[in-house]
Amino acid sequence: MPKSLTQKEALKAYRDMLLIRRFEERASQLYGMGLIAGFCHLYIGQEAVVVGIQSVLKPQDTVITAYRDHGHMLACDMDPKGVMAELTGRSGGYSRGKGGSMHMFSREKNFFGGHGIVGAQIPIGTGLAFAHKYKEDKGICIASMGDGAANQGQVYESYNMAALWKLPVVYVIENNHYGMGTSVERSSAGPNYYGRGQGWGIPGEKVDGMILGEVREAAQRATDHARSGKGPYILEFDTYRYRGHSMSDPAKYRSKEEVEEVKIHRDPIDHFKTYMIETLKIKEAQIKAIDDEVKETVLEVAEFSKTSPEPDPSELYTDILKEEAPLQ
Amino acid sequence: MTANQREDIPMTDSSLATLTVREALRDGMAEEMTRDETVFLMGEEVAEYNGAYKVSQGLLDQFGAKRVVDTPITEHGFAGLGVGAAFGNLRPIVEFMTFNFSMQAIDQIINSAAKTLYMSGGQMGCPIVFRGPNGAASRVGAQHSQCYASWYAHCPGLKVISPYSAGDAKALLKAAIRDPNPVVFLENELLYGRSFDDVSQDPDYVLPIGKALVRREGKDVTLTAFSIMVGKALEAADRLAEEGIEAEVIDLRTIRPLDVETIVESVMKTNRIVSIEESWPFAGIGSEMAALMMERAFDYLDAPVMRVTGADVPMPYAANLERLALPQVESIVEAAKAVCYRT
Repeated sequence: MPKSLTQKEALKAYRDMLLIRRFEERASQLYGMGLIAGFCHLYIGQEAVVVGIQSVLKPQDTVITAYRDHGHMLACDMDPKGVMAELTGRSGGYSRGKGGSMHMFSREKNFFGGHGIVGAQIPIGTGLAFAHKYKEDKGICIASMGDGAANQGQVYESYNMAALWKLPVVYVIENNHYGMGTSVERSSAGPNYYGRGQGWGIPGEKVDGMILGEVREAAQRATDHARSGKGPYILEFDTYRYRGHSMSDPAKYRSKEEVEEVKIHRDPIDHFKTYMIETLKIKEAQIKAIDDEVKETVLEVAEFSKTSPEPDPSELYTDILKEEAPLQ
Repeated sequence: MTANQREDIPMTDSSLATLTVREALRDGMAEEMTRDETVFLMGEEVAEYNGAYKVSQGLLDQFGAKRVVDTPITEHGFAGLGVGAAFGNLRPIVEFMTFNFSMQAIDQIINSAAKTLYMSGGQMGCPIVFRGPNGAASRVGAQHSQCYASWYAHCPGLKVISPYSAGDAKALLKAAIRDPNPVVFLENELLYGRSFDDVSQDPDYVLPIGKALVRREGKDVTLTAFSIMVGKALEAADRLAEEGIEAEVIDLRTIRPLDVETIVESVMKTNRIVSIEESWPFAGIGSEMAALMMERAFDYLDAPVMRVTGADVPMPYAANLERLALPQVESIVEAAKAVCYRT
């Protein structure tokens, strides 16, 4: 565990992870009630990855990911009400109900989606890094993908350009061991995703994504590297998703025992809670207060997502083209 | 060649230069890069080689390697990178060596560039231009000869421009670069070397996107075309005039949004229309034209809408077969006479 983690930082990290988990559990419930439809990919089990990375970012940095994006948005400090109301397809959602679970953005928080095409976010993230370098704003981009996306050709096109032009980008592979229902063993001839930048001289490392402190330390190394002008960096996090690929997936491709094993022995929130109590000497009452506050927040969030009105029918034909006057 | 610039298009500078389409496109990019620091050009061979077709001649020397970027051969990757740069508040011009290669990148153009404004509830926006030669060149076979106008024009969230003259190429490319939306800008290799005397030298002069141009007035039949086919339509109109048929030739200039008003106005006068394109017939621009005329001008039609298109085959290599696969002046003349019920 990094010594740099203060009590205050630890409490924030715990709250961020817990908010993601409770938010996703509530989303699952709302899905069951028919209030959320379509595709809905939950992040439960992977919370330490985004929270650890986000904790070392600077305000000008940009973030982009694929469709398992709710956790990323909450970690970016986007309003959970706006995220949940997008899941329910309401006007109070981040995309005013027109995007859904996989397509949400926040310019204010530098969150650039939310992309439904597996792997397409990687060249886009590389382009965000290109813009950081072009504008010399000292920002970097965190471009995340799953182990499934890591086999897409455009990922390697991106690695090449990022290394060639020394772009400030950190490629994050959240290896949760299954691309939908296909295990890493069945999809990847060489499963060491972190080493796949070697041919271009891109450093990479594999990190336990269930331990927040380790995520944070690795993220610090990677972002320091990218920010210093040395080019891209690859981080592969060993993590696990507790739920199916999406809400419609019963996850019959893996055993219940396998899932239970991770939940009992590697759960990122339990692990961090123990660390807070035993090492940081944080009182259980402080933790309980956060638990209660998060529970209350998520109740309010769910209520908002149910009561926010559906988009006005006139919204069907808005936001197709921007018609602002050309820049003078 | 005279471009018949219509008087109602405002010109702030009356001194028109004679330039090739290639030079006009280069000048358009150079003016916009001078005007706006966030505009940059990227693509294969655009910098040190000065462009595969020399459209970016001199831009590297003028603007440097930061703003004129040679990419690896990696269309899917650099198209996506361009989209990301546009999300990051830059204004990329992404050159495809030919639009045939944009098939590698079409996911990024449609799923990422075109749809994100809508999917984000209006937050994002993607000010990017994808440009390069489109359609058949000469004897380059099926994989290098396709017209993509109808493919891209199908998609909401994109604007699609396909100019004919050098003046239009420059003024519309400038408009595309300034536009806050993703624009697909379809050029034509065979037109690159052709000179036109209609090129404004005023750096502030841009043409509105979505406005067609009546290049020749006539009362008997309307011919619509874009890009290189405008030249063929004008030639056909000359021949038709010899036979006493006055054809009105509309240069569509923008495919999406299509200037339906100008077309309908013309058909209300001529009562007959022939749509000309080098692309395939099925679900092409001509199909759309036929549908639009049914919806918007049915009562004015004295004959069915007729299409002149490329043959419904992959482009052959043999010279005689290639000629047969592309619309020729004779086929346009024939179609125009058919809708006029003349033999």
